[in-house]
Amino acid sequence: MTARGPVGAWLMAMAIAITIIAGAVQAADAPPVAPSPALEARLKKLETELRCLVCQNQTLADSNADLASDLRREVREQALAGKNDSEIRDYLVARYGDFVLYDPPLKRTTWLLWFGPFALLAGGGLVWWQVLRRRQSASASAPTRDPAVEARARALLDDEPPA
Amino acid sequence: MKMLRWSIPLAVFVVLLAFLWVGLGRDPHEVPSPLIGKPAPAFQLVQLHDAGKTLASDDLRGKVWLLNVWASWCVSCRVEHPLLLQLAKTNVVPVYGLDYKDKADDALAWLAQHGNPYTASIVDSDGKVGIDYGVYGVPETFLIDKSGVVRYKQIGPLTVEALQQKILPLVRQLQK
Repeated sequence: MTARGPVGAWLMAMAIAITIIAGAVQAADAPPVAPSPALEARLKKLETELRCLVCQNQTLADSNADLASDLRREVREQALAGKNDSEIRDYLVARYGDFVLYDPPLKRTTWLLWFGPFALLAGGGLVWWQVLRRRQSASASAPTRDPAVEARARALLDDEPPA
Repeated sequence: MKMLRWSIPLAVFVVLLAFLWVGLGRDPHEVPSPLIGKPAPAFQLVQLHDAGKTLASDDLRGKVWLLNVWASWCVSCRVEHPLLLQLAKTNVVPVYGLDYKDKADDALAWLAQHGNPYTASIVDSDGKVGIDYGVYGVPETFLIDKSGVVRYKQIGPLTVEALQQKILPLVRQLQK
């Protein structure tokens, strides 16, 4: 079934070595795991709400950047020290600004960000409404129909000889 | 009424163009630091050239100084290094180096090779002080005033323009 002899033994040894090395490399990369599953889940959620400053479209949880792993470590240490999520968030905002939050807070400098899309939608709606209204008034002011012409048209459509 | 028909879309287009034009000139990697105008985070760290001595942020009270975050592994630090050396020669403002997440031996060798512009260098081997300062891309340079308040932050390598137009005028003003 399996190859025997020196070649087989070599292959086996290499396979084992690769497995061990791969395991060790992975172990080195793995972030420290929180002592309880509940805390781990809480930290995972928190880390997906924070931005990695280096690769800006990744969350702290996703990023492999050095800084991201440092910040994950910091977040974990603080959580273990008993700080709650908003305290940890404030800690990061004080150092890196609101940009570190994926969900920016509502304040004067972010009004445009929060309400801008709705303002654009309202503006578009207004234009649409006006166009509709203009079209309606245009059709209302169309020449009134002549009853005689209408009767003739109906007769033609009904395929009856005009009276 | 006829005028409105084309002038409104034109105005919208011009505003959009202005926004996009300004956006082109902006570097999304430059995240404004919330530390400007706030007290510089305190630190007490071992000195690079003398591991027996420490330097604390409080030791620098009463003078205007620059904190330059650098590392021997940092490629763009080499770009700004000649400028730092020039600046050090003029003695206008002391530059302190924060050796960020680096090995002391590598850092010393790097300074021996490229020249040492720093009044003193301190070692932040685990990057904790870097996090306190909101460092996310080395090099970064902070200008700190006499009362220990951060006045300016340069993200990325120092440039002649930034030095001549922003940092040095601010230094002169703060030193008064």
